[in-house]
Amino acid sequence: MDEYILTFDVKAKDFERAGEVSTNIRKILKQLSIDPEAVKKAAVACYEAEMNIVIHSYGGKIKLEVNFDRIRIIAQDNGPGIENIDLAMEEGYSTATEEIRELGFGAGMGLPNIKKNTDFFDITSQKGTGTIIVMEILF
Amino acid sequence: MKLKQVRSILDAEVLAGNDNLDSEIYSACGADLMSDVLASKDQKSLLLTGLTNVQVIRTAQIIGDVRCIVFVRGKKPCEEILKLAEQSGITIMRTKYPLYVACGLLYKNGLVCKESD
Repeated sequence: MDEYILTFDVKAKDFERAGEVSTNIRKILKQLSIDPEAVKKAAVACYEAEMNIVIHSYGGKIKLEVNFDRIRIIAQDNGPGIENIDLAMEEGYSTATEEIRELGFGAGMGLPNIKKNTDFFDITSQKGTGTIIVMEILF
Repeated sequence: MKLKQVRSILDAEVLAGNDNLDSEIYSACGADLMSDVLASKDQKSLLLTGLTNVQVIRTAQIIGDVRCIVFVRGKKPCEEILKLAEQSGITIMRTKYPLYVACGLLYKNGLVCKESD
């Protein structure tokens, strides 16, 4: 397969459209005839990352790269950054507001769930600058 | 279990996807937290929830194996949900039963929860 690269913008606090990018990425991966299990894992990981950008950041981008054996998704945001990544990785830990919880998110499962669904996961965050999450799913 | 049996057991009203009532479903999941739905490894051909915002249908689209969403306590989902449901072929119902009772009724009638591999 030729390498496939596409970048999408994600708006902060746009809860009506939150998830659209991940739904589009899911469609693209399906059209590329990638193994359905890998597509599902990528879609779930991407959706959690997209929700994090919408909920916590000032906006960001999601980049999709597909080559012959892997899906790579890079979620990068401008934002406050994560103060304590170890704490954010704990299941159940969340800084989300009550409003976010009413949407069914902010349960503190996002980052752990991304890790669970990926073969490679890396997160770097700088306070005041933003967060970058790199996710890879092999197929 | 066929979706029309779900409709009859839950005494539910079909709000979208009336054409798919002969579809067979094999598993169900009840939750208000979409993060929990995304995190669990169960097959989710039916999702029961009390949450009525657009994230419910987005979560269903992302998971990909949800055939039907049932809203509990008689809650009416937003228009966007019905629109996206029609586009993605997902049936939408609502029942007057609360989540606990709705899940219990389906479970008692043989619809259990299956973990995918």
